Amino acid sequence: MKRAIPIFVVLAGLLVAIAAANPFFLEPAGFLAFLKRVAPLAILAAGQYFVIVSGEFDLSVGSLVTVEVVVAARLIDGDEAMTWPVLILLVVIGLLVGLVNGLVTTKLRVPSFITTLGAMLILSGAVFLWTGGAPRGALSQGFRVFGREGVWAVAILVVVVVAAVLLMRADFGRTLVAAGDNEKAARLSGVRVDRVRVFAFVLSGLSAAIAGILLGGFAGVSAQVGQSLEFQAITAVVLGGVVLGGGRGHVIAAIAGAFTLEALFTLLNLHGISGALEYAVQGVIIIAAVAVGGLRLPALRLSPSKA
Amino acid sequence: MEDTNQKPAESAQVILRMTGIGKSFLGIRVLRGIDLSATAGEVHAVVGENGAGKSTLMKILAGVHQPDEGTVEIGGQTRSFAHPVEAQRAGVAIIYQEFNLLPERSVADNVFLGREPTRRGLVDRAAMDEATSRLLDELDEHSFGPRHLVKDLSVAQQQVVEIVKALSVDARIVVMDEPTAALAEHEVELLYRLIRRLQGRGIAVLYISHRLREVFDLADRVTVLKDGAHVATVPAADVTTGELVKMMVGRELDAYFPPRAEESAVGEVLLTVRNGGNGKLDGIDLDLRAGEIVGVAGLQGSGRSSLVKAIFGAEPFTRGEMTPARPGNVRAGVAAGIGLVTEDRKAEGLALNQSVRDNALLVARAIGHRSRATVSDLLQRVKLAPPRQETEVKYLSGGNQQKVVLAKWLTVSPKVLLFDEPTRGVDVGAKAAIHDLMRELADSGTAILMISSELPELIGMSDRIVVLRDGRVAGQLPGGSTEESVMALAAADGAAA
Repeated sequence: MKRAIPIFVVLAGLLVAIAAANPFFLEPAGFLAFLKRVAPLAILAAGQYFVIVSGEFDLSVGSLVTVEVVVAARLIDGDEAMTWPVLILLVVIGLLVGLVNGLVTTKLRVPSFITTLGAMLILSGAVFLWTGGAPRGALSQGFRVFGREGVWAVAILVVVVVAAVLLMRADFGRTLVAAGDNEKAARLSGVRVDRVRVFAFVLSGLSAAIAGILLGGFAGVSAQVGQSLEFQAITAVVLGGVVLGGGRGHVIAAIAGAFTLEALFTLLNLHGISGALEYAVQGVIIIAAVAVGGLRLPALRLSPSKA
Repeated sequence: MEDTNQKPAESAQVILRMTGIGKSFLGIRVLRGIDLSATAGEVHAVVGENGAGKSTLMKILAGVHQPDEGTVEIGGQTRSFAHPVEAQRAGVAIIYQEFNLLPERSVADNVFLGREPTRRGLVDRAAMDEATSRLLDELDEHSFGPRHLVKDLSVAQQQVVEIVKALSVDARIVVMDEPTAALAEHEVELLYRLIRRLQGRGIAVLYISHRLREVFDLADRVTVLKDGAHVATVPAADVTTGELVKMMVGRELDAYFPPRAEESAVGEVLLTVRNGGNGKLDGIDLDLRAGEIVGVAGLQGSGRSSLVKAIFGAEPFTRGEMTPARPGNVRAGVAAGIGLVTEDRKAEGLALNQSVRDNALLVARAIGHRSRATVSDLLQRVKLAPPRQETEVKYLSGGNQQKVVLAKWLTVSPKVLLFDEPTRGVDVGAKAAIHDLMRELADSGTAILMISSELPELIGMSDRIVVLRDGRVAGQLPGGSTEESVMALAAADGAAA
């Protein structure tokens, strides 16, 4: 947890700065609005954390969020009765995409960076093909309530955070981190390295499904709803001091990273700095965070010869 | 061609003379007062146990290390090399066990790496190819050419590339470090021929090998090193294998070892292997009994690590019988009650960034073992001091790390524990502690199999010693056997010893 301390200090500082610029932030309604806005990214960061701490990446979550929202709108098409069946279907889609990502990465030994980059392109292409660029249909009121009502969003966020913490304390979480830290040692200790990694991808897919459900209600239906969310999630995780390459970092810190990122965007907004600058800010953050944290990438296996 | 250069027929011309070489690392003396000389056309073998100082001495010659004392003369001139390139320019070529070749480049590219001939500013490939083929011809090597990619060559062929590289820089001294370790039987013959050709060209060959038979086949003289000191330099013809072995190992057992198991304390057979084999092992017969520590001896490459990995299921046996049933993977091995304390703690034993607690519980968590001893009890059992559970293991000493590895296995109470070099990189005090722990485990009914390349340790700890050679069991010896008898079996010179 020691690595996580800086992110909480930074987050506290940002929250104070926001409160100073906008006193409404301190009122329950203001803070709830902030939490509601953070929730999707925080959930995605939790999912991305599992994958990163095991030594992999998941670049497909942004596209997956878009798929979830577009599919929901088209299938529900304003029909309240369809809400729950579609919600279940969305979760299943998320789990399946994660499962495929995980299996391709572990069984076919395609580096996850490539696997999930491919998945990202496939899913974007599928959405475009299916919608022709303009999503059709509409979400039901029962669906939108999750992302729109602060109480629901916060409740879901709390459940996700608690579940993530419990998972990381359980055998699964401990063996996952061990596999990310030293795959060989984990294997020789009897850890089913492939299986825990696949499960990490499945959790990431699930987090994208949940984030999609929240964003559908919060941001509405569009073919751009999930755009660049994968990079925001990775930025958040890295900001939380989680080391790319695996084996180090805490899930709470990754989630705090998402809060920090969102707080930073809020602050920029309050000071009238263009939202267009968000990308540049993210870029600076991700490089700075990694440079400060000390990069440790997985050992490159390029040539069989040793120096 | 330069071969036609006239050389004095006796060729007693001294090319290399190292005198009084001494070297310390971090205050520990690893070499003292070593003399070594070589004449043109001589094969001079350098032998000694692991840690005798052979490699350090060769690295000094190669300019990798600088000696603290003593002088190196090459061709009558005193030289001191600050960098390997300087040694190379002075005519010293070293062929390491691990070749320094670029697999994706051609033979000629490798031979001329870093000193490519140029023509009008461009690399002159034709000249490179031509020079390379000429050297290959001289070595009578026609199985590959200058344009072949190194990755497509066999190990023996790659060795030839290294030799060609040495010739192309006009090396006068060629050092070969365990050159046969990676070769098949029939390839060794080819290597012998190559070495004879180097001799014929007036090159001094320094030949480092554990395998005494090769030493007698090839060497004109033999220098024996022991514990960093020079024991003797003798003509190979004037010495027997037995005498050589005695010079190499003749030393007191100075370390402390716990008492061996009483005959009555050795119990039922917990593991048997009959005719076990895989790609690296063949015809392995082995019994491990409760309460007994069995040592596995053998030279590098004899299959010691492969044996424990096969029993454990990490590199499974593909042939033969085993009780409990032959594990096909690690989990099956763990489920069958087998644990492996790996040779390389940092690469294979521990997740270094995780806490003592997380590492200690790794095996139990991996296999979902429910009845867990508390971590504090475990750490007490392995006598980890201080028993801080939250410390990341990377901050622990080698000895304490090894105790954590042991704790990791004790969580699941294995019936059979395999130790691969359990005290490597561990200081003397922690060594004794680990020895005691191993004996305590045996006394409490665990069957233990132990690999150590330190013969005194192996002999001191083992109730019985199994000697491996070329992936087979070469023989078994009772506990307390002499180092000479173990070495003789391991080096395949049993008759002479």
